[in-house]
Amino acid sequence: MTDAQTAKPIPVTVLTGYLGAGKTTLLNRILTENHGKKYAVIVNEFGEIGIDNDLIVESDEEIYEMNNGCVCCTVRGDLIRVVEGLMRRPGRFDGIIVETTGLADPVPVAQTFFMDDDVRTKSQLDAVVALVDAKHLPLRLKDSREAEDQIAFADVVVINKTDLVTKEEADVIEEIVRAINPSARVYRAERSGVPLDKVLNQGAFDLKRVLDNDPHFLDHDDPDHVCGPDCDHHHHDHGHDHDHHHHDHDHHHGHVSAIHDVTVRSVSLRGGELIADKFFPWIQNLTQTQGPNILRLKGIIAFKGDPDRYVVQGVHMIIEGDHQRPWKEDEKHESRLVFIGRELDPVQLEAAFKACEASA
Amino acid sequence: MPTVAPYDIEGHVATAAFLGETAFFAAASGEIHRLEGGAKVTAAHEGLLTCIRDPYSESLLSGGEDGRVLRIAATGDVTELANVPRKWISAVAAGPQGAVGYAVGKSSFVRLADGTVKEFAETRTVEAIAFAPKGLRLAAARYNGVSLHWAGMNAEPMDLEWKGAHTIVTFSPDGRFVVTAMQENALHGWKLDGAKTGAEARHMRMTGYPAKVKSLSWSPKGKWLASSGAPAAIVWPFSAKDGPMGKAPLELGTRADIMTTCVCFHNTDEILAIGFIDGMILGVRIADGKEVLLRRPGKGAITSMGWSGDGRLLAFASEAGDCGIIDIAG
Repeated sequence: MTDAQTAKPIPVTVLTGYLGAGKTTLLNRILTENHGKKYAVIVNEFGEIGIDNDLIVESDEEIYEMNNGCVCCTVRGDLIRVVEGLMRRPGRFDGIIVETTGLADPVPVAQTFFMDDDVRTKSQLDAVVALVDAKHLPLRLKDSREAEDQIAFADVVVINKTDLVTKEEADVIEEIVRAINPSARVYRAERSGVPLDKVLNQGAFDLKRVLDNDPHFLDHDDPDHVCGPDCDHHHHDHGHDHDHHHHDHDHHHGHVSAIHDVTVRSVSLRGGELIADKFFPWIQNLTQTQGPNILRLKGIIAFKGDPDRYVVQGVHMIIEGDHQRPWKEDEKHESRLVFIGRELDPVQLEAAFKACEASA
Repeated sequence: MPTVAPYDIEGHVATAAFLGETAFFAAASGEIHRLEGGAKVTAAHEGLLTCIRDPYSESLLSGGEDGRVLRIAATGDVTELANVPRKWISAVAAGPQGAVGYAVGKSSFVRLADGTVKEFAETRTVEAIAFAPKGLRLAAARYNGVSLHWAGMNAEPMDLEWKGAHTIVTFSPDGRFVVTAMQENALHGWKLDGAKTGAEARHMRMTGYPAKVKSLSWSPKGKWLASSGAPAAIVWPFSAKDGPMGKAPLELGTRADIMTTCVCFHNTDEILAIGFIDGMILGVRIADGKEVLLRRPGKGAITSMGWSGDGRLLAFASEAGDCGIIDIAG
């Protein structure tokens, strides 16, 4: 018997970012640096990847709307085909990297790994990484919705080409990025020089790992928060200070929107123990009715009478959840939920969330 | 009692087929194994994506990650028919008079026996292709439907539209129906004869599958179309004028929660071989639904099956490489 049947699913990293943001440079680093791993790369065109590697596959981006009446149920048909083909000979590589075109919507890419059964059993989405050009981001945000979507949807955002801007300009860019997506890990880099262990093997969609290694989800006011390399940049100035509460998020959101045209917002909710019989019907109904507006959702839920932490994550109408691990003795039983999307009503979400509380 | 002669290959095996009385196994690695006296191996592709049996010429046609389309003769000799550098060829089709079809990105191609190649462009990626049983007509399955092209003349293609992604396409043996498998766990069919007179092709929706359909097989005279994608083979009746419309399919070889992955009708009799995700194979007679266990569960899902010319032997391939030949008479 080959390893094909017993091996754990192959991790897939999705690389997004506008033309010129540095995706090819990062890819070339992943393919050439000595990290002991081999990656298969799915690109839209070979372009400037100067490396001759038979594990680089060119694939025409092919977005398929599922014929189920749901407009947000989209998958990448070409990825289904290519991932299935690659997975027939899994011994050749340790992971797959999908490079999207500059204008690509990352959602169909991610949904492919949830909605197609074959792809889902054989591979696992590891993380969505967005590269941002520090110099051109404000312009990109003005003229396109995709640039914003890419940041909003990412688990890791690399602010690249910081050598082309002043430190103050880079701070503003980071502020914008965090306003769009407060739960992403953000790094700054020159010439795509982000440490590869911050990009690969993140487990951002693994329910067992999700959120545990996601310091920004917990935000700075959490005792578990681990500051990343960039955490000391001016956070106290714009609302991410350590004693700041999520409920006030609107204020700093409004503050930065003066410098860009953000339509994505995030809503972070925090509460005590929840009643499972109230929470599940609510979240299911919410994702069914407002799924098209929800880009990502992540949460750690404390259910009353449940000794285990429950984690949930979602993409549009797809939602999945599982018990993660027992609550530690000194851990506060609290529930946290972050939505990133458009036209979200924070007041309504907060009220509905609070209504699920055991003490409500 | 049927007896099984196992034959193990390293890794995923895409296709099992007989050319005459010689069994062939095409591995995803690109190696073609042929059991003729002993096992003989030909390294055909750098990564094989698809391999089919050409019923017109007793040979195999294959496409690979190396961008090549090959014909593999019963002797194991390999002829290159097309070479598209750096593209994956995951769909090939066998046509009459030595014609070969293959798809690259948003185009399908027909290579005639004299080596001339015709290109048919689509607006979307071609997922699958098939030749009609008569006349040099190619069906190209794509997003939102199927395009039918006459390869021998300069005629406008006929578009069969149905919303959604179509991933497999097949003509009924009498050429009256075109059927596709879809990304969303369903089959879709078109009845073509109405279209001749200018009327629109009639639609047939065949839904209710719990999983994606990956394998289709017509019974020898085309009365039945068997499909995988459920914990039983789903077999649609096509003998009536309107095909399966208004009729329930047969469910053969039902097992609790174990999905079928491959179906293959016998070449002369209405007997269906049903391969399952756990490697088990059942033989079922349509007439009375009588089942025979042909192979116990193995290491991986059955990917392909093929009958020998005399209809006594069934070759099978699996995802895990544990292949073999079943002698149904024992």
